[in-house]
Amino acid sequence: MLLGRVVGTVVPCVVYEGLEGVPMLMVQPLDKKGAPKGVPLVAADSTRMAGPGEFVYYEGGREAALALDPWFVPVDHTIIGIVDTHQTVPGDGT
Amino acid sequence: MILGRVIGTITSTINHPFYDAKKMLVVERIDAAGAPLSDYVIAIDTVDAGTGDRVFVLDEGNGARQVFASEDAPVRSVIVGIVDVVTAQ
Repeated sequence: MLLGRVVGTVVPCVVYEGLEGVPMLMVQPLDKKGAPKGVPLVAADSTRMAGPGEFVYYEGGREAALALDPWFVPVDHTIIGIVDTHQTVPGDGT
Repeated sequence: MILGRVIGTITSTINHPFYDAKKMLVVERIDAAGAPLSDYVIAIDTVDAGTGDRVFVLDEGNGARQVFASEDAPVRSVIVGIVDVVTAQ
């Protein structure tokens, strides 16, 4: 799993069977310190509670779809949870 | 599996039910000498690792689900060992 920041919402008008009602959010991937890294992606939201500005963690790949119900859906990134606290050791050399 | 060092923790209240009461650690990848590489992963801890520990992380879904004896857990990264020594040529 990786850290991300929700930067927007995506509202589809037509979705593949099984994805009806699943919230889709724009997520900016973050590095280990919480700074933006790479380009934003679209992720399904298994918590159904995340929104723009929220600090989240998301799973990528096959396991992303397993967080949804039904799980046999074409999804490759899913928000798994909303981060309450994120602590990293200072001065780790990076 | 990937070699890494635990650099922090993550907590959350709103999460997928599978992650309730699971301990999540932030693990940066390191090379054999211990130097940090740029990427990292958030992994579930199964071996009581803590910040600063060198660990190895299983980063593959089938094996991870096997660890939790589940067929449908949305999990891919699991800390499965704490490293004492790495020797590399």
